[in-house]
Amino acid sequence: MLLKLEPNPEQIKQEKLYQQMGLSDGEFALVENILGRTPNYTETGLFSVMWSEHCSYKTSKPVLKKFPISGPKVLQGPGEGAGIVDIGDGQAVVFKIESHNHPSAIEPYQGAATGVGGIIRDVFSMGARPIALLNSLRFGELDSSSRVKYLFKEVVAGIAGYGNCIGIPTVGGEIQFEDCYEGNPLVNAMCVGLIDHKDIKKGQAHGAGNTVMYVGAKTGRDGIHGATFASVELTEESDKDRPAVQVGDPFMEKLLLEACLELIQSDALVGIQDMGAAGLTSSSAEMASKAGMGIEMNLDLVPQRETGMTAYEMMLSESQERMLVVVKKGREQEIVELFEKYDLEAVAIGKVTDDKKLRLIHHGEVVADVPVDSLAEDAPVYNMPSMEPAYFAEFQAMENEIPQVENLKETLVKLLSQPTVASKEWVYQQYDYMVRTNTVIAPGSDASVVRIRGTRKALAMTTDCNSRFVYLDPETGGQIAVAEAARNIICSGAEPLAITDNLNFGNPEKPEVFWQIEKAADGISEACRVLETPVIGGNVSLYNETSGTAIYPTPVIGMVGLVEDLDHITTQHFKTSSDLIYLVGETKGEFGGSELQKLLNNGRIFGKAPELNIQIEKNRQQQVLAAIRAGVVQSAHDLSEGGLSVALAECLFENPQLGARVNVAGNLVSALFSETQSRFLLSVKKEHQAEFESLVEAALIGEVNNSGTMSVVSGEQTVLESSVEELKAAWKGAIPCLLKSRD
Amino acid sequence: MYKVKVFVTLRESVLDPQGKAVTHSLHSLNYPEVADVRIGKYMELTLEKSERDIDEVINEICSKLLANPVIEDYRYEVEECVAQ
Amino acid sequence: MKFAVIVFPGSNCDIDMYHAVKDELGEEVEYVWHDTDNLDEFDGILLPGGFSYGDYLRTGAIARFSKVMKEVIKAAEAGKPVMGVCNGFQILLEAGLLPGAMRRNETLSFICKPVELKVENNESIFTGEYAQGQTITIPVAHGEGNYYCDEATLEQLKANNQIVFTYQQNPNGSLADIAGIINEKGNVLGMMPHPERAVDSLLGSADGLKMFQSIVKAWREAHVVKA
Repeated sequence: MLLKLEPNPEQIKQEKLYQQMGLSDGEFALVENILGRTPNYTETGLFSVMWSEHCSYKTSKPVLKKFPISGPKVLQGPGEGAGIVDIGDGQAVVFKIESHNHPSAIEPYQGAATGVGGIIRDVFSMGARPIALLNSLRFGELDSSSRVKYLFKEVVAGIAGYGNCIGIPTVGGEIQFEDCYEGNPLVNAMCVGLIDHKDIKKGQAHGAGNTVMYVGAKTGRDGIHGATFASVELTEESDKDRPAVQVGDPFMEKLLLEACLELIQSDALVGIQDMGAAGLTSSSAEMASKAGMGIEMNLDLVPQRETGMTAYEMMLSESQERMLVVVKKGREQEIVELFEKYDLEAVAIGKVTDDKKLRLIHHGEVVADVPVDSLAEDAPVYNMPSMEPAYFAEFQAMENEIPQVENLKETLVKLLSQPTVASKEWVYQQYDYMVRTNTVIAPGSDASVVRIRGTRKALAMTTDCNSRFVYLDPETGGQIAVAEAARNIICSGAEPLAITDNLNFGNPEKPEVFWQIEKAADGISEACRVLETPVIGGNVSLYNETSGTAIYPTPVIGMVGLVEDLDHITTQHFKTSSDLIYLVGETKGEFGGSELQKLLNNGRIFGKAPELNIQIEKNRQQQVLAAIRAGVVQSAHDLSEGGLSVALAECLFENPQLGARVNVAGNLVSALFSETQSRFLLSVKKEHQAEFESLVEAALIGEVNNSGTMSVVSGEQTVLESSVEELKAAWKGAIPCLLKSRD
Repeated sequence: MYKVKVFVTLRESVLDPQGKAVTHSLHSLNYPEVADVRIGKYMELTLEKSERDIDEVINEICSKLLANPVIEDYRYEVEECVAQ
Repeated sequence: MKFAVIVFPGSNCDIDMYHAVKDELGEEVEYVWHDTDNLDEFDGILLPGGFSYGDYLRTGAIARFSKVMKEVIKAAEAGKPVMGVCNGFQILLEAGLLPGAMRRNETLSFICKPVELKVENNESIFTGEYAQGQTITIPVAHGEGNYYCDEATLEQLKANNQIVFTYQQNPNGSLADIAGIINEKGNVLGMMPHPERAVDSLLGSADGLKMFQSIVKAWREAHVVKA
């Protein structure tokens, strides 16, 4: 047999081999201190993955502490596979978002696919049935290079390939295109599940003597050091790191999902956790640490796909579709039989101990013996230096200037053709967004809505983040991200419940980047407190840079809301002629980071982000929701990229035979294109005018008609007029057209 | 032991959308000399020796499962090898 | 009338089919695992969509060898209604219960959207409740729905009135815009669009419900006559 020669402890220390695994000199010394000796190769590997940012949040922890994480409905906050919120009737919603940015930059199809697979496992490992998937994606400009188009197409195909096969509908998401993401795309996947309170399971290894079992796919060498890989900057060399990318098998995961949901019902089960980042290491160490116990495993028993694997390789492998479960001693055979029904292996590989150690045995020898708490809890926490970047003061000092626009209609058509604004039909048509037949609002409206079968309830869900605003002003931008998510949830007729966040930032060792993280977290925290949407879990992805340039700070917000009654479900589209059109919220001339500013300045943005008063935001949201629940709102849409003109056009795209005529006052460019926050566009039946106006402070600006034309009037003059068909063609055709064009 | 290489391709008469897309893309990369691309599947089978004729077994496997005779053709190569 | 929804490893529209029959149609229905060897108690057999066995070799290629397929063939021979949707259609093709084969979509990508179908034959047991030539809206969701058969088979399909549904705007490149076909005897139907996803107007369309109602009506008529 071929034996791999591993460096001995002395070599690891002298040649600083731990650095290649991602441990710093100080961290290695700390490990030596904890163990009272120099760690061997396997042990060094265990610490390096567990102390990576991805698993330990060592640099983001001080920031994450700011988030409000509790509330009367929160059943499970951060720390488990996914957070859980009560939705009444003994039911609860489980959700989480997670990034797979770096793997997707290297191998976009598999990177995105396994990102989806991982987040699904996080949800069903809590005992929940996954009911919907969402995502949040960022790419470079589509017209910049063939590489960007390739990444975009393959990421979408990867998400589709995994979600469609496993049969969980991908119901929504958002995509933004900016130069800063060209070398470092973002792929964040969110999964939403449904659970009965009684079925909630935790990843804890209680009861000394209980059996640790391995279920699912065999372990191979794929993804070794994926967790540390996700925590370093991408360089031109990264293409060579291909073996670090895992390959997904959605069919296997479908079987694993069904088997685990059956397992949840068994009283033989003690704890269950996904083998995600850092695979067998994190699942065993975390389960033991959370329960105050230890785990001993015999690695010879681990099902292996390749021959001659070392302990180091097995412990660090990130092969997909695997779970670690702890079952009551003596009940192993039942579990084996349960999994056999699904053609899956369940193998006893170890036991729970009471010595708080993770002990690994391979070929009859102890190859690692380390305290579980030091792996799972004792990673050093860094308070990184923070410094306000020079650009911020410069932007803050700028006056809000209203750009010059010569032709309003032409400008609107151009805005509708911007890929960030344009229809994402090309994307979501590749996702099976209907499977399981509960999708009431499909992708393309403000938030997606999935009904809960057998009840009158439904769940609304969305992902949001306008990273341009976060870049200009991280604190305000962070607030806006939460506020916009809540606005989308409200517009669909639901009450916001809670959020999950995915903090995508650059290299935190740069004080300017760390300042962005801190400020954005402040903004998110404040908005979550006021809007009463606690943070129930999330993910941090740092080092999103290529060749030293960071992405825009991108704290993606995934929000879920509860629709109390199916009758409340509302979409953004106008419904019938002669309905009245209302605008909620006043408009100011705010163009910093707007779609118009970007369009007019070749992609450059500058100045102040739009202001946000979170209390005013909340009041307006509550008024709109009250009106929707009273049954007097026909359609509701939030105003975002491109302002009123884009929102109005979007309201008309589902029934293009309809038209609208609205009056605007004041500066036309502001009225039509400003991105002032906290605004809604609603339509109301004439017979409900009085009741609506008693519930919502709003300006009546026009009427839906049958003209098939969108007209904007100022005073007596028509200032913008276009057939809806023409606008829709520009909006719908933009992305397919960019993808077809040759470089 | 036999090592068998099986090649499955769409039949001549059946349009191959993947092949067409690759042809198109090679043309746009400036390889006008590429007249046609056909995409298929390649499979490696390891078979133990048995009493049955190896060709008979492979033909059966191919027509039963590995290829769909309605749209696909197959061919194969057999190589005899010694077990390791 | 009692329906069986056949569940293969990797089926994922089984639950949709089940609820369509139980909640919207109001008939009896049971999930039947792929290793079942007896379907005698069922009056109608439904093969749902999904990715049986991951569809890793060819769509439907592995599922056709599962134990239950012998029973499905037996049921078809006995004249029971057998309906395969999406992956179910692909399995019926691989099993030889319907002629032809499935290729990847012309666009090479998965496509999910509501499409308009034309009812080409309203005399089948699956379509009796529709008007001849009626346009109905039913969603598609597949990566391989590009139906193919040779010319002789196509002529036969046309001559025997076996083409039941065609696409108004072909989403996948299928031959002669074919969306669904029946066998010569008329009791086995395969279609790519998902009627079970169109049984509740809350979700966009209820046009698919009439398919299920047609099956029940034809079955009742046949059994009343026999009785």
